Amino acid sequence: MATRQTQLLARTLLTPAVGLLFIWMIVPLALTIYFSTLHYSLLDPGSETFVGLENFRYFLTDPAFLASLQNTLVLVGSVLALTVLLGIPLALLLDQPVIGLNIVRLMVIAPFFVMPTVSALVWKNLLMHPVSGLFAWIASVFGLTPIDWFTDAPLLAVILIVSWQWLPFATLILLTAMQSLDEEQKEAAEMDGASAVSTFIYITLPHLARPITVVILIETIFLLTVFAEIYVTTGGGPGLSTTNIAFLIYSQALIQYDVGTASAGGLVAVAIANVVAFFLVRIVGRNLEA
Amino acid sequence: MARMATTRRVVISTIGAWFFGFLIFFPILWMVLASFKTELEAFAIPPSFLFFHWTTENYATVQERSDYFLHAMNSIIIAGGSTLIALLIAIPAAWSMAFSPTKRTKDILLWMLSTKMMPPVGVLVPIYLIYKSFGLLDSRIGLVFILCLGNLPIVIWMLFTYFKEIPRDILEAARMDGATIGRELVYVLTPMAIPGLASTMLLNLILAWNEAFWTLNLSTSNAAPLTTFIASYSSPEGLFWAKLSAASTLAIAPILVLGWFSQKQLVRGLTFGAVK
Repeated sequence: MATRQTQLLARTLLTPAVGLLFIWMIVPLALTIYFSTLHYSLLDPGSETFVGLENFRYFLTDPAFLASLQNTLVLVGSVLALTVLLGIPLALLLDQPVIGLNIVRLMVIAPFFVMPTVSALVWKNLLMHPVSGLFAWIASVFGLTPIDWFTDAPLLAVILIVSWQWLPFATLILLTAMQSLDEEQKEAAEMDGASAVSTFIYITLPHLARPITVVILIETIFLLTVFAEIYVTTGGGPGLSTTNIAFLIYSQALIQYDVGTASAGGLVAVAIANVVAFFLVRIVGRNLEA
Repeated sequence: MARMATTRRVVISTIGAWFFGFLIFFPILWMVLASFKTELEAFAIPPSFLFFHWTTENYATVQERSDYFLHAMNSIIIAGGSTLIALLIAIPAAWSMAFSPTKRTKDILLWMLSTKMMPPVGVLVPIYLIYKSFGLLDSRIGLVFILCLGNLPIVIWMLFTYFKEIPRDILEAARMDGATIGRELVYVLTPMAIPGLASTMLLNLILAWNEAFWTLNLSTSNAAPLTTFIASYSSPEGLFWAKLSAASTLAIAPILVLGWFSQKQLVRGLTFGAVK
């Protein structure tokens, strides 16, 4: 039974965390909103003037915005498709009786623990280099022309690197979900003569609907802000071909020093993320009640 | 009755699993191998897989040329410091929400979760300017602070889901026996909470160690952790693949080991308890 004293104590214990997160959320966001209405360039300090929604107009009509929005959607969509479509069969495979499963699992999960700058540079140089990379050598062994990844297919190269980093996450979550599936249900289906395929379609897949949704939402949150991989491999180029929204805002803020436009862009990014967050919070919230 | 695992099935799935596991792990293995090659061999076509002149000189060079230990120390301080501070703030909050929930607890939890979804790039400009005016750019304390706040929602959530699982009857019993809140905390709760605390700490260390948005944008040299240090190898001047590999291997080795220990908690922590 909660007495008034313990209630007071509970509130006191909660306050620092709530207060800090509140400040963390409100202060920078308020400043971003404020800056977004200013003409504010770090190269020209002291010339800040109020320009209303001019920065938004500028940011949203800039051809770079449409290009980077498209790149963002292609990047997020492709990585989601690759990780989920490869993650399901991989998780199914790891759910089978496998000798040495623990070691296999360690190998599969490992890329997730590699820091983004390392994975990006190792892929870019050791694997994807057009002359001395391993892929180029494999291609030449089969008599094919090696692909110059970062010149001919830069966005695809970034997609492959990021997918490699996130495949373990999707696989691990789907595997965890599969292992919580009642074995007896599957057995009963098999006894009734259900084939492996129909067991998968009618029992496993419906059970996976929720974890797949969770994987998609969480990955989307992180994939919308992919930054380091682009920063160390392509710098957004060639041209704008690998610039996503996050990188565009970064370059406007810290390369062009255009605080106003970058802030407007930041708010656009927050708005996009909020759409995803809305659904994720609902799913997690439903789980809290259960 | 367990499902019958026929020998054929075991053989096929074992071969398949090992093949794909090896394929996924291969880039890391390839990097580790390259770190023991000379620069010439690392760059050679056709590549040598095992039969090359094994050398450890890259590891020595990495330290000599670039003060690797400074950056490793920065990583330790930043990841460790932000994790410890986050735990200090999160433990009371999670404890309070798990054991004295109110009508608003659920809303508070979901609100905390939503702060984690704010894209960092949305607040890059103000944070950068604030840091600039307070001289916090390229400082360890600045990075500790920002990573702590960034991960605080995850820490609170994980602790909350763990604390939730501690049976409340035990607390009631302790209270009946006249235990004060202090004694309750020390003798009853803490021992039961330690596994959850350990996994939360582990996952948060990994996330902070690998964080590469704030570290790249807010640090350049003195406070640069390993993420930023490795990024400096992206400059096109000369090709130092063996040295890049050696530096990278050193940078990921400790966290790979920690990560392998924490894979179960990873699912739980990163899905906010939505998948267990």
